Amino acid sequence: MSTGAAAPRMTFASGELFEARASEIARAPSGRQTIVDRVFRAVCFGFTALTIGLVAFIVLQIAYSAAPAVRQHGLGFLSGRVWDPNAGRYGILGEIWGTLYTSVLAVVLGTAFGLAAAVFMSEGYLGQTVFSVLRRADLHLHPIWGQLPDQAERLLKNLIELLAAIPSVVYGLWGLFVVIPLVRPLCNWLHLKLGWIPIFSTDLSGPGVLPAVIVLSIMILPTITALSRDALVSVPEKLRMAAYGLGATRWETVLAVILPTAQRGIFGGVVLAFGRALGETMALAMLVGNANQISLSLFSPANTLAALLANNFPEAGAKQVGVLMYAALILLGITLAVNIAGAVMIQRATREHVD
Amino acid sequence: MADIDFSQLERSLRRPRTLVDFVLTGVVTGMTALSLVPLFSVVIMLAWRGGQRLSVAVFTQLPPTSLEQGGGFGNAIVGTIIIVALAVLVSVPIGLLTAIYLAQSHETRVATAARFCAKVLTGFPSILAGVFAYGAIVITTGGYSAFAGAVALSILMLPTIILTSEDAIRMVPARMRDAAIGMGATRTQVVWMVLLPTAIPGILTGIMLAVARAAGETAPLLFTALFSNYWLWSRGQMNLKQPTASLAVLIYNFASMPFKNQVELAWAAALVLVLLVLAANLIGQSLSANRLQQS
Repeated sequence: MSTGAAAPRMTFASGELFEARASEIARAPSGRQTIVDRVFRAVCFGFTALTIGLVAFIVLQIAYSAAPAVRQHGLGFLSGRVWDPNAGRYGILGEIWGTLYTSVLAVVLGTAFGLAAAVFMSEGYLGQTVFSVLRRADLHLHPIWGQLPDQAERLLKNLIELLAAIPSVVYGLWGLFVVIPLVRPLCNWLHLKLGWIPIFSTDLSGPGVLPAVIVLSIMILPTITALSRDALVSVPEKLRMAAYGLGATRWETVLAVILPTAQRGIFGGVVLAFGRALGETMALAMLVGNANQISLSLFSPANTLAALLANNFPEAGAKQVGVLMYAALILLGITLAVNIAGAVMIQRATREHVD
Repeated sequence: MADIDFSQLERSLRRPRTLVDFVLTGVVTGMTALSLVPLFSVVIMLAWRGGQRLSVAVFTQLPPTSLEQGGGFGNAIVGTIIIVALAVLVSVPIGLLTAIYLAQSHETRVATAARFCAKVLTGFPSILAGVFAYGAIVITTGGYSAFAGAVALSILMLPTIILTSEDAIRMVPARMRDAAIGMGATRTQVVWMVLLPTAIPGILTGIMLAVARAAGETAPLLFTALFSNYWLWSRGQMNLKQPTASLAVLIYNFASMPFKNQVELAWAAALVLVLLVLAANLIGQSLSANRLQQS
């Protein structure tokens, strides 16, 4: 069933139906209406199948384009460290390492701050502070001022969500002109004083792992905060009340009751954020330095799979495109596995609460 | 009768439990505040460095070459709008019709599979959408084009449209649907006369959120729409089958250039792009806010 044939039918149907009066439909559908109904339902089904087919097509298309390179380079591609188009030698171990290293660090940093913000929001600290200020001024029952605690909470939620609305290329620009100059003196001081520790073993001459990780963690923070907050507020209120009743302080309740109860949902959110970090391209392509090397140092330049694709695809010749498709296939495999794991975890966590 | 020591019941920071409670509250408050610092920093930098360069010229002129002074990014604004509009044309029909099917069939095998696919696409790396469009469109049609960029963006818009539209249609009260069915309406009549008119604010919210995300995407456009220093039309004719400029790619290209003029333009373009994205977000959210007030 083609889109071309279906479209005029649908406009025809809507035009007819929107003008129909109630008395006209309070009877069995006419033959024509039955046909319209059948066609429309078939079209809907067809487009649903198209969505499924599209995902399958994407995976197959990338796999098919990568096939020649896979046959030519085999598994050695994954363990090779050299990327030299002139010599025809390709390996992406450095990129795989860079992708995992930056993503893991960003998730650690993003989880620390994202979870803190989620606890802050789910415990309603801001609303309570505003409320106690209002109460001191005896305004807490005022029809307009009394809404302020709720509004402050909503504002905080929107501000955190706003972090996710900023395009990644703008974060990249900000990272280049704000984050790098800001952290550079500190990084070079750390290298000078503590250079014997592997993670400080080089100096930061410009782009590098640390600025990329900082910006990446800011980009995944809203995901972690939103999903953790959902998990925290869906913890049954009676558990909290029971803990308070036993004499627990607020933080004993949070640490011993609420976080453990919500841990599955939080973990699912962290895994999804990890998936985001693995596939994030622009901020990394601009900030990570695009150097194909494996180093533990936080200040040395590195490269990631996504940044490799972004930097090499536009100028790639036919031969190199095949190799890049191979790299894309590896990235696809890693991100799909992580995303499916995260989605399954969140689904299980929500089901648990419903039971 | 044991004596009650009332001093034990007072809140005092001398007691370790209370002190831990107080300190942790402070730590969490500080970390939340720190999380918002980047947001304010980005906004201030955009207003300061982008605002400096903002003028009528940047909206009407073409990007400058390396050492040229002045210039603007008028073609990139037009390009972004056209690519996103094309992506809407591709993704909205597919997404909406899929959502209509999903909202009406709960646990059929096709519905479960489609919902799963939509969720997988939510976390799909944007660069891979570009890789796909490169393989499927650029190579087969023989060149970079606005259309190839639109296909890449529509893949990223699709899951948002499907999932939010399905939710919006499901939120229509069951009694409205039941009443229509009880009057003898066909399923199609129920969809067009009851479900869609009621759910339209939620659906539009989803579409606007998808537009906001797509407008800011760079990675899928890098090697599908590529970039261009010229207008899309020549001699009064618009050509969508040529490399097309976009704000996001312009920012990426100009940010790392060693020329002051280009860097300034990158900041101005970033300001314009963020304002466009925020406008789409705000329109989307105000639509769903109206819906909440109605119900």
